[in-house]
Amino acid sequence: MRSKQRPPPRDTAAVATYADHEVITPEHKLRKAVSDAPFDPSDDPVARAEKALESISGEFSSWMESECERLDKARATVLASGFGKANKEALFHAAHDIKGESATFGYPAVAAAADSLCRLIEFTPDPNRIPHTLVNQHVDAIRAIYREYARSDAVELATVLTLRLREVTDEFLVHENKARPDMLAIILGPPLAPDHA
Amino acid sequence: MVRIDFNRLRFLVIDDNAHMRRILRTLLHGFGARDVYEAEDGAAGLEAFTHYIPDIVITDWAMPIFDGLELTQMIRQPGANANPYVAIIMLTGHSEKNRVTAARDAGITEFLAKPISAKGLYQRIVNVVANPRPFIKTKTYFGPDRRRSVNPAYVGPERRKGGKADVIRQASLMEKARVTSY
Repeated sequence: MRSKQRPPPRDTAAVATYADHEVITPEHKLRKAVSDAPFDPSDDPVARAEKALESISGEFSSWMESECERLDKARATVLASGFGKANKEALFHAAHDIKGESATFGYPAVAAAADSLCRLIEFTPDPNRIPHTLVNQHVDAIRAIYREYARSDAVELATVLTLRLREVTDEFLVHENKARPDMLAIILGPPLAPDHA
Repeated sequence: MVRIDFNRLRFLVIDDNAHMRRILRTLLHGFGARDVYEAEDGAAGLEAFTHYIPDIVITDWAMPIFDGLELTQMIRQPGANANPYVAIIMLTGHSEKNRVTAARDAGITEFLAKPISAKGLYQRIVNVVANPRPFIKTKTYFGPDRRRSVNPAYVGPERRKGGKADVIRQASLMEKARVTSY
């Protein structure tokens, strides 16, 4: 295989046909958005966007609160009615959203506990075998870390709490997946995004 | 450095979480975009895609009805809609290797792991605008060329027969998933 310096994007479509595949160069419709204006260092679109985000950051605490309430309700439904498909998905999505949003909302130390709950739900072959105590410990930890975030030692406590949750969860997941080596590789493998570790 | 006129681009944001849609809209408006449409699940997203014909789709993975992966597979159907070549940026909290591989094989253009950052989103948009990738069509795949580097030590069989392909070097989606602000 050879490689070469990339030519400028074409404006018109082209198709090269080979024995078992086609290489299609689509019309470059987005060229319309490439600006010819000279670079202006005082006009930084990333800085503008960060400033725009900052302008709505006053709402982030209440958003985080509502996400925690959603998680709490999903937990209550699972404990009352079991891990049916809809209940399982509701709990997973609530935890998954907190995992992805908490850092943006200013609570990055919450993400790891939410990630651990996601792993517990996603990687357990029969979710009805998930101990309710472990679900409760995760949800209570997520809510507590958020609630106590103003404490000076909040991040340190969150780290200790989350590490223990993760250890217990991984121990459970390894046991539940002992006959599934492909899943064990995923469970025990490192995450791609270090922020989620 | 490439400059982008964001007000010449039409975006479709698909995410079931209203907070994340608001954040994305805020960031896109901050970049200078005006045309930003929203949908709250995969089905509504597909309908909005057909109706608004966006230039760039930013989609979550985990959504009700059908998810971002299924949505991508539906969009990447040659002849089935107005623009199967549309740029698709997958924004997701999933960060496992198998997830990135599955997203790549469904035909996404870029992968952005949460937590979202203005810089990470901006760089991916610039990349899809300034560095469009050719599409590959085989019996089992239709989407952006998945080859982003050349491995000189590769000794296995050539899986594309009948011609050698140029490779447009870019950071792999795996590398991009590792660093959210990349």
